[in-house]
Amino acid sequence: MRIEQHPILQFDRGEKVTFTFNGQPVEGYTSETIAAALHAAGIRELGHSQQLHRPRGLFCAIGNCSSCFMTVDGEPNVRVCVTKLRDGMVVEEQEGKGVVHS
Amino acid sequence: MIREVEVMVIGGGPAGLCAAQAAASAGAHVLLCERDGVPGGQLVKQTHKFFGSERQYAGDRGIFIGQRLVQEVRENPNIELLTDATVLGMYEDGVVTVLKDDRHLKFRPKKTIVSTGAAEKFLSFPNNDLPGIYGAGAVQTLMNVGGVKPADRVVMVGAGNIGLIVSYQMLQAGVDVVSVVEAAPNIGGFLVHAAKLRRAGVPIRTGWTVKEAYGEGKLEGVILCQLDEKWQQIPGTELDVPCDTLCLAVGLTPLAELCWQAGCHMEFIRELSGHVPVTDENLMTSVEGIYAAGDVSGIEEASSAMVEGRLAGYAVAVSLGYDTENSQKEVDAARKELSELRSGPMGGKIRAGLAKVAEKRGEAVC
Repeated sequence: MRIEQHPILQFDRGEKVTFTFNGQPVEGYTSETIAAALHAAGIRELGHSQQLHRPRGLFCAIGNCSSCFMTVDGEPNVRVCVTKLRDGMVVEEQEGKGVVHS
Repeated sequence: MIREVEVMVIGGGPAGLCAAQAAASAGAHVLLCERDGVPGGQLVKQTHKFFGSERQYAGDRGIFIGQRLVQEVRENPNIELLTDATVLGMYEDGVVTVLKDDRHLKFRPKKTIVSTGAAEKFLSFPNNDLPGIYGAGAVQTLMNVGGVKPADRVVMVGAGNIGLIVSYQMLQAGVDVVSVVEAAPNIGGFLVHAAKLRRAGVPIRTGWTVKEAYGEGKLEGVILCQLDEKWQQIPGTELDVPCDTLCLAVGLTPLAELCWQAGCHMEFIRELSGHVPVTDENLMTSVEGIYAAGDVSGIEEASSAMVEGRLAGYAVAVSLGYDTENSQKEVDAARKELSELRSGPMGGKIRAGLAKVAEKRGEAVC
């Protein structure tokens, strides 16, 4: 859910765009990070831990902690909390450490 | 290719912005590197009004203070601002490497001011890794920068200033703040913030903690419990509180990796919330020409970070011979402001921490 009315702030959300999360279409805005758009759509589970496969969400939201690593447009280990949304982005849960394509 | 730089400032938060502005206004050429796309550090999400005195913009909201500092920096012809630029390393030959637009840039600054800020601390309890357990700063970023409602029902852990302020900001964003939980017997933050919450009907439970969290795939609730005078959980006091978000405001710790890399003398100082570079009265570390300002050298308020930045910036200007008489006056004025900011009862912890730094500095010299 997005905040529509706020006593102090106004939000310039930019353009509305569509991206996919694990193949499903999700709507967001260009001024948002991927994590913010997913959170607004009610999606909190962004991946699973490598050893015990426990669900993982964001923690710091400013690019410090690496809890929100996902694969974006085929590139693994993207910190979705500091990566801005673009139209048509393919956002997927990452398998393990991910594979870096050269 | 290695580019020579006169002054490099790492981190564009309150300390870094003020450091860059100070050094540049004395005449030095400054390169300011900011990891994020937008400078301002955590000021960009501080919707509350600041305390302090006029020189630290007291009475104004943090977000507007940040915008003003950024504006000044952008208008200063002596400052080159690099955004989306992450400093990766500081080497013994003085080279600093930066990642910018997928390119690896190398600089050799004459003087460097490290103002990298802090990271949020975590808390240990079963299932503390469930999605929906967020740092208080993360919640602030989601709602005040992203415009996204961070939670429907939230429990806040920590009644220091961040916990209190973020709880109030969540009320403003339409979130149901179920309870604020504080392990200490007293509220740590300013009582003016606590009073606003209590007037809104939010209970602040002191002497309570999180025993465990639960949920399938994401947080569904927490079990709270009371602590005795030895901080041990009291059996039988458990309280099951359904919530979709648990917000941790349990302190910050300095982001001092670059100081470690540069070989600065580091010490663990509890009152400063972690390992910090040992600095002198000009905020210079044990490495000649490398300075540290703001939370990276000890967790404090943004107001102090701004003054420390100014102090370091003018100290660098003095060392480079820029407008030395006036710059030295500014250094002295900043020192005086800092001691005023730290003079009250809330400044006891930072004063104790800085006294330890001064002791360690003496040891290092001997």
